Amino acid sequence: MDGIDIVGPQVAVLGGAGLILLVDALFPQQRKLLPYIALVALAASALWTTSWVSRDEYGAAFDGTLMLDKYAVFFYYLFAGITATVVLASIDWVDREGRGQGEYYALVLTTCSGLMFLSASRDLITIFVSLELSSIPQYILAGWGKDQRSSEAGLKYLLLGAVASSLLLYGMALLYGFSGSTLLPEIATAIRDGGEANRSLLILASVLLIAGFGFKMAIVPFQMWVPDVYQGAPTPVAAFLSVGSKAAAFAVITRVFMEGLAPKFLSDDWSMIFAVIAAVSMTVGNVMAIVQTDIKRMLGYSSVAQAGTFLIGLAAISAGGADEFTLGASGVLLFLAAYAFTNLGAFIAIIAISQKLGSDQIKDYAGMWRRSPLLTLALGICLVSLTGIPPTVGFWGKMYIFNAGIHADLAWLVVIGVLNSVVSGYYYLSVARQMFLGDPESEEPVGASPALMLALTAATAGVLVFGVIPMPLIDAARDAVATLAIG
Amino acid sequence: MTLELEHFLTVGALLFSLGLFVALSKRNAIGVLMGVELMLNAVNLTLLSFSRFSVSERPVAGQTFVVFVITVAAAEAAVALALAVSVYRNRQTVDIDRINLLKS
Repeated sequence: MDGIDIVGPQVAVLGGAGLILLVDALFPQQRKLLPYIALVALAASALWTTSWVSRDEYGAAFDGTLMLDKYAVFFYYLFAGITATVVLASIDWVDREGRGQGEYYALVLTTCSGLMFLSASRDLITIFVSLELSSIPQYILAGWGKDQRSSEAGLKYLLLGAVASSLLLYGMALLYGFSGSTLLPEIATAIRDGGEANRSLLILASVLLIAGFGFKMAIVPFQMWVPDVYQGAPTPVAAFLSVGSKAAAFAVITRVFMEGLAPKFLSDDWSMIFAVIAAVSMTVGNVMAIVQTDIKRMLGYSSVAQAGTFLIGLAAISAGGADEFTLGASGVLLFLAAYAFTNLGAFIAIIAISQKLGSDQIKDYAGMWRRSPLLTLALGICLVSLTGIPPTVGFWGKMYIFNAGIHADLAWLVVIGVLNSVVSGYYYLSVARQMFLGDPESEEPVGASPALMLALTAATAGVLVFGVIPMPLIDAARDAVATLAIG
Repeated sequence: MTLELEHFLTVGALLFSLGLFVALSKRNAIGVLMGVELMLNAVNLTLLSFSRFSVSERPVAGQTFVVFVITVAAAEAAVALALAVSVYRNRQTVDIDRINLLKS
């Protein structure tokens, strides 16, 4: 593979973004077409990725700064799917907002291209630039709404995000100073040859990297922005960043720590850091989620708790042989895909219901079953999947990650994880109980537009289908992880 | 006395700590942004001194990195100021303690 083929999926997405801006400027009457251009661009991107897969062409590109392996391909598909769902879920909201429609979809697509680059990059500079390529449009999108809460969310997200990327950069500078290279494989070689003597420097660099990526992953102690931004940002945007940037951050941190910082004397330390943060994130996220009255804030804290569960997989990676590595890393990928389906489904149902109610308060969801059976059923299924109860895909994600933790002798962490799942069941299912058994304030039915219904059906179908037949997803995650070179 | 790598790294670490302190303690959004700029420039100094003093196969990588950091910092600052203006239009303040609509 060479030339434009290397960046084909991103070129398709960015070309779509450019085309949207052009159509918006030249044919203002045709604004209705804009989301469909975005969808076509995403489909073209996925097709391009498929053409790699069918040609069986994988490998490093651009002097090794991009690594186009099955791992990257897994995330290319995931991000194209997430973005397409978000575009479908945005149509209503953007129409009502009325202004800047072209810019909105162009920014969503730009973010998508940044996320794709992030999952493939194997070089510190590329990682930093693609992280910002995905972040800066998201800061703008978070502040897109007309109301004060939205611009407040955007500003908070940006200021904290900028601090986090500075920490990340300092860690990268230390790694460069130690190894003299920005390429992960060369950093790995340098660490193997002379890392033991500089262990404290390398641990400091790892901590700074975890801090920088941890902001995007929404783990404690970098979770302050999460509930605020989820509540204040437009709901489709909150859905996007809850799954998109979280998945990309986990994709890149897994690659960096596996390919760059894997030697045993180092991995024992960062594995411990991950384990402790996992325990704290799960506990803090779940305890805080219980007391929330706003459903978007509740999902914000739940997203912190879920990030903690992902970290069990990362902590399990370093425990030893190839088996633990495959289990841990593929658990993270499987759970990421599961979480993407589930959380998108939950957010889309909330978009539809909130549009009608004009409120995000959980108490207003009472008796929703009688006003909109379909939306309630879909949201209920997603809440069950977030708790991790079969037959939903969330169950397999959690199972797999807990299994990896047990194999890696992290039984204490798995116990905390299981206890936290029980706690999370309390607040997820109490929302479900309100919706199915509560008394509605009015009997007026709540409907949703065809685009929202399509997106919701796709997400919920994913939750159920992969909940009953999880093997294709598990195999894809295992294949993807098998191509990572352990540094 | 000749200037060694340690001197540059010490200044870089001090600047970075100062920037972090400013970013976390300032109540004004623009002040926070200035702290972030300080942190980013401390990183640039560190990267450049590593690429100048270390025996490296890729001395250029550090310098390239700095160019990208500068560019991205400019883009980020532009968006930050735009968002600050939009908040100011709504609230007539950019004091972070008083921008507090988002609460449980």
